Amino acid sequence: MEKIIEVNDMVKQFGSFIANDHLTFDVYKGEIFGFLGANGAGKTTAIRILCGLSAPTSGDVKVAGFDIYRETEKVKKNIGYMSQKFSLYEDLTVSENIRFYGGIYGIPKKERKKKETELLQKLEMEEARDKLIVGLPLGWKQKLAFSVAILHQPKIVFLDEPTGGVDPITRRRFWDLIYEASADGITVFVTTHYMDEAEYCNRVSIMDEGKIEALDTPAALKQTYNSANMDEVFIQIARKPEAKKQ
Amino acid sequence: MIKINNISKSYKATQALKEISLEIQKGELHGLIGPDGAGKTTLMRILMTLLLPDSGNAQMGGLDVVKEYRKIRRKTGYMPGRFSLYQDLSVEENLRFFASVFGTTLEENYDLIREIYHQIEPFKKRRAGDLSGGMKQKLALSCALIHRPQILILDEPTTGVDAVSRQEFWEMLKKLQEKEITILVSTPYMDEANLCDRVALIQNGQLLEVDSPSNITSRFPGKIIKVRSDNMHRLIADLRRFKKAESAFAFGQYVHFTGTDNKVEPSELEIYLAGCNHENIEAEYIEPDIEDVFMKLMSTDKEKVVGEGERQEKE
Repeated sequence: MEKIIEVNDMVKQFGSFIANDHLTFDVYKGEIFGFLGANGAGKTTAIRILCGLSAPTSGDVKVAGFDIYRETEKVKKNIGYMSQKFSLYEDLTVSENIRFYGGIYGIPKKERKKKETELLQKLEMEEARDKLIVGLPLGWKQKLAFSVAILHQPKIVFLDEPTGGVDPITRRRFWDLIYEASADGITVFVTTHYMDEAEYCNRVSIMDEGKIEALDTPAALKQTYNSANMDEVFIQIARKPEAKKQ
Repeated sequence: MIKINNISKSYKATQALKEISLEIQKGELHGLIGPDGAGKTTLMRILMTLLLPDSGNAQMGGLDVVKEYRKIRRKTGYMPGRFSLYQDLSVEENLRFFASVFGTTLEENYDLIREIYHQIEPFKKRRAGDLSGGMKQKLALSCALIHRPQILILDEPTTGVDAVSRQEFWEMLKKLQEKEITILVSTPYMDEANLCDRVALIQNGQLLEVDSPSNITSRFPGKIIKVRSDNMHRLIADLRRFKKAESAFAFGQYVHFTGTDNKVEPSELEIYLAGCNHENIEAEYIEPDIEDVFMKLMSTDKEKVVGEGERQEKE
């Protein structure tokens, strides 16, 4: 299977603090990869490196086939990114947001118009084209935010807590989109604090104190840790005295 | 202990709370459960005397939230949604500061916060801004408790917090409850409902239900069948295509299915799914949980949700 992310012995140090401690893992084409860990485990640091925003201290990292040190700009062009906190510009219209992100992700001007029309059709949002994001129902916003993040057909999309604070129906509809993207061959790299969502991933990694403590399918993890669900698996791996973490 | 009577509040054209009434008993651990934008923070800010309601009234420990706001502030502890301590003061300085504001000392009320503070005491010289998420949360809770309040109001203390820290936090709340502190806590995590004595489910500024979690789930009108097979994505799609399907939503490793009537049998689904070439099919009845109920109540409310979004846009 084609590898979309290749991480080999990656270390990231801030002074004496080791945020990522010799990480090694691969993520495959079309895979839904859950990237879990307690607060402060080192997830955000790793994601920033994989998105080309920060260089690792050492180790080999390839994303979408490009070297993270030498081909940073190519990495950025071949990935998509979305988080709950930052996605669309609320005071721009639907159409303006699509065009803006199309431009950012380097879609040629001629194609942008066509992409916009196709996307609005697919989302059944043609009538909302000139409406401001701020007034849209949350479910629409999420759909649109995800769609613009993959508008340039990246090989991989990073979703950083995309469903935090979202109502239970919208949250599940969002996972419908994730499955669809994965079926289209886009790799989905997702973080979440909802452990039920960990069950929807093909494979899950769990970080603790800068290290990947476990990486497998949800079914295999449940078996290894003799747990009924991912919540129990997570708690077994991440529950350590606070004092030890400092 | 907390009495809310027909409270409404609007921000320009957005009605944040619509005639909310709710009573919370002394010593109760009461949950306020709903997604972002449901009105949880607005309600809490009104109770904490930080915001005036447009209409209606509320009492905290018998005191009116508008007229007797000064007295209320001495009797209540509040942990807002955003970390609100002084980042450049140390752990200990923050605690001493909040104690002095309320005319008390850390020593005087140490017994109340001991168990919580004990966990962060080794770092008492550290600046609050340099603490980890779980520790900030413990410090904020200690500060909210330092004046020995009768009522504690916590606005989404577990949002964005990992599953382990969330569990620890709820254990702390249970212990505070034993000390006869009345607690109102909001959360977007439905699974936390079961840790409360009673919960109010809130959506679009309205309360959908108020009761104990077990009473709420026992009133669920339909039957739920949990279903699994080897291909989750296809399973959801196939279940939704089933002729007697009302809803099919993923719940962890299973899909929760409700039929248009209560006559759909698990065996019927098994046969149907086998016909769709699913493998390792399981289907059985299960008891609904709070999230099932919330989704059911939400979908009845659905058209209104979309309608509102459009009204706002026309401004």
